[in-house]
Amino acid sequence: MERVRVRVLAFARIRELLGGAQRSLELSPGARAGDVLPALAGEVPALGALADSTRIARNGRIVSLDEPIRDGDEIALLPPVGGG
Amino acid sequence: MYAIVREPIDPRALETAIGAHCGRYGGVATFLGTVRDRAADGRPVVALEYEAFEPMALAEFERIAAEAGERFGDVALAIVHRVGDVAAGEISVAVVVAAAHRRAAFAACEYAIDALKSRAAIWKKERYGDGSGNWLPGMP
Repeated sequence: MERVRVRVLAFARIRELLGGAQRSLELSPGARAGDVLPALAGEVPALGALADSTRIARNGRIVSLDEPIRDGDEIALLPPVGGG
Repeated sequence: MYAIVREPIDPRALETAIGAHCGRYGGVATFLGTVRDRAADGRPVVALEYEAFEPMALAEFERIAAEAGERFGDVALAIVHRVGDVAAGEISVAVVVAAAHRRAAFAACEYAIDALKSRAAIWKKERYGDGSGNWLPGMP
């Protein structure tokens, strides 16, 4: 089976909980966008509570949680936005 | 023009950048977001720490400006947001709109700042005098 290694970008509260703005993550073959945060929550349990409010961008575009993830993707974890 | 910057924002420079004074337009509306020195609960705020996912935020600025053009006609926009620590009283965001007439300028300016706040990939954290901080709730 194909290995799926992605680069995760984290922002704001998620970045602080994760302890960094970037990291790499290996996912199971067939992984989908919605699998990324739960995979990280295994390591940082507090992230689990944020899954419902976090949007996922795959290679710079917001995607649904069932979007398939490919090896080499950049996955951004976006908390609810609030600039201004 | 659309930008995410780390330095203080100069609104007059933005007017020039979009050609507001070239003679084509009859009105310029500028919205400046500035950092309040009090939190909602009254605590003193020393700064807001802003963070952006820059490629997505800039793409959203461009989309917002295109939408403003579709809705309000011939308008020129500058949308600039600062990131990093922005001290109380300083400008965190500027939307400058030049249009043929004032109504389009006001309307496009309001449209753009409302859209930016609800859609652009930008976050802010209040920082208090005692060194603590709090990410402000955003829009999902």
